[in-house]
Amino acid sequence: MNREEIRALALKKLLQVAPDINPGELDPKTPIRDQYDFDSMDFLNFTIALGREFQMDIPEKDYVAIQSLDGAVEYLAQHIEGSAEEN
Amino acid sequence: MPRQTIRKQSEDWELIPNLLDYDAARRNFSWEHERELLDGMPGGGLNIAHEAVDRHAAGDRCEHLALRWLDRSGEATDFSYGDLSRLTNRFANVLRNLGVKKGERVFALSERIPPLYITALGTLKNGSVFCPLFSAFGPEPLHSRLSIGEAKVLVTTESLYRRKVAALRDSLPHLQHVLLVRDSAQEKHPDDTLDFQQLLDAAADEFPVCNTNPEDPALLHFTSGTTGKPKGAIHVHEAVVAHHASARLALDLHPQDVFWCTADPGWVTGTSYGIIAPLTIGATMIVDRQEFEPERWYGILRDHMVSVWYTAPTAVRMMMKHGAELARKFQLPALRFMASVGEPLNPEAVLWGEEAFELPFHDNWWQTETGGIMIANFASMDIRPGSMGKPLPGIEATVVRRREDGSVELIEDADREGELALKRGWPSMFRGYLHEEERYRACFSGDWYLTGDLARRDEDGYFWFVGRADDVIKSSGHLIGPFEVESALMEHPAVAEAAAIGVPDPIAGEVVKAFVSLKPAHQPSEALRTELLALARRRLGPAVAPRQIEIHDNLPRTRSGKIMRRLLKARELGLPEGDTSTLESRE
Repeated sequence: MNREEIRALALKKLLQVAPDINPGELDPKTPIRDQYDFDSMDFLNFTIALGREFQMDIPEKDYVAIQSLDGAVEYLAQHIEGSAEEN
Repeated sequence: MPRQTIRKQSEDWELIPNLLDYDAARRNFSWEHERELLDGMPGGGLNIAHEAVDRHAAGDRCEHLALRWLDRSGEATDFSYGDLSRLTNRFANVLRNLGVKKGERVFALSERIPPLYITALGTLKNGSVFCPLFSAFGPEPLHSRLSIGEAKVLVTTESLYRRKVAALRDSLPHLQHVLLVRDSAQEKHPDDTLDFQQLLDAAADEFPVCNTNPEDPALLHFTSGTTGKPKGAIHVHEAVVAHHASARLALDLHPQDVFWCTADPGWVTGTSYGIIAPLTIGATMIVDRQEFEPERWYGILRDHMVSVWYTAPTAVRMMMKHGAELARKFQLPALRFMASVGEPLNPEAVLWGEEAFELPFHDNWWQTETGGIMIANFASMDIRPGSMGKPLPGIEATVVRRREDGSVELIEDADREGELALKRGWPSMFRGYLHEEERYRACFSGDWYLTGDLARRDEDGYFWFVGRADDVIKSSGHLIGPFEVESALMEHPAVAEAAAIGVPDPIAGEVVKAFVSLKPAHQPSEALRTELLALARRRLGPAVAPRQIEIHDNLPRTRSGKIMRRLLKARELGLPEGDTSTLESRE
């Protein structure tokens, strides 16, 4: 899966949790909750949705890495690649 | 029945609890004595801000740390009682210079930043009424609260103003002054606004605190009912007697404590216990700008040596999700008492406290209308996990059944369910719903305030929460009125009718689920469902908006046309449908 595919899937999950987000306006580098009303329940639901989609368990210590869309894509890319190398 | 009682032993106490013996404390308690523990103002006056700030600033606690604020990065800014006194004097001067009078309402819409705290206390010093708004509310809840409350002043941040308030400005005729806290690189504030910091910098350090009468309004807190618009519960300056007493007795706060209440001041807990109560004790309070993150929270408990911690079931359950092991990595020798409020804390969560922190959580119960903690598990009292505890000294609680004629029958038998009721007359009892005398009167039967919560009392006097007596939804500890949610959904041109209920959620207790039916010529689709979710989030904000929406052909109605939320809920939960004799057959 390349980064663009990961991005598309991550964005899809984000919009399922918070469909009020306008993808055209979202700054991918800035934490989502600094741009929209995105509370801790939303964030939790987002991490759960990502975990299911990408079949991985995202530990709490890594939450800081997925605060922004770019951060989430980078994190997912690394971990998908990481698991591929192990195989 | 409790699976396990947590026994309290005196050797476990690091400090002698303020309430040592429950029965003796009840016997010997009087509100007059509690009032004497405060300063008061000349001639019998009482002002919350004087008790919270100035009486410490005038004495040997002037240099004591009152407020430690943590910014997003975790960096601390400290305010002594002396600092807080000067800054809140300045804000009171700002209000006076703007011509804001006693009794006029000053609203705050802000994240947890120092100007919010300065605004709250400075407003009280001026004799004006402080009303907090939750910063994650969308424009709809903000508009209804600002207009019902006839806000004269609003203190907010530049970005919140631009996002949520600017478009409402024309429809808020009472709103004369908007003070903005700069939080962006924008050089110029929008039109018709003032700069909070500039005004504060230009104001004088001295201010004679308004000599308010104990019965003068001080705080306005909005809450939700099943029907109609949000209700503004009015609290008076005398409430501070209960804030102080409950902080001592239910939270066991001592002046040497470092106290962290994680609630946002946009809700009543975050004002009563996140601003006022700890300051009246002379303790140090921690305020964190950031939202919940377990590791950040454990780090705060450790690094700032928090000794008393007041949090909420939703946060506890989120922490549980991440495991006790993570919590145990943090050495927390200062932490000695943990309490929780918002909704019943499940027994597992009470016990998890012991696993993670070697301390149990002490659940307590109160609501916006009560102004302060009414029923609690005390430091010195055995805990029955899952119970809200026993009434505070000075508080008489019971369980009642409403009769048809409006009177109530007291339920004396143990373990029988009924509505939780409180004997009127405690200092922080609300004194009215703003402009809604009828709704206020309907909350009382004789001497009893009827809480709308169903409960039972066991044979030893512990109270147990059973559920709500009405259709109000309780999500993450906050009451959400279904009407507010339904009204926002009805704005969509495709929606014919809407009903909102609470459905169980492992983290939030309940989340809002909405059911809608569509007008002819509109077809249900995934795109429409998403559109409705988006609309609700934009209008209401995530704290109030439904997290799930289902589109049905019709919603169940009574013959008189009222949507039967209860039936929707029973079906959703797979419960018996109860009395459906009034159900219209159309559905």
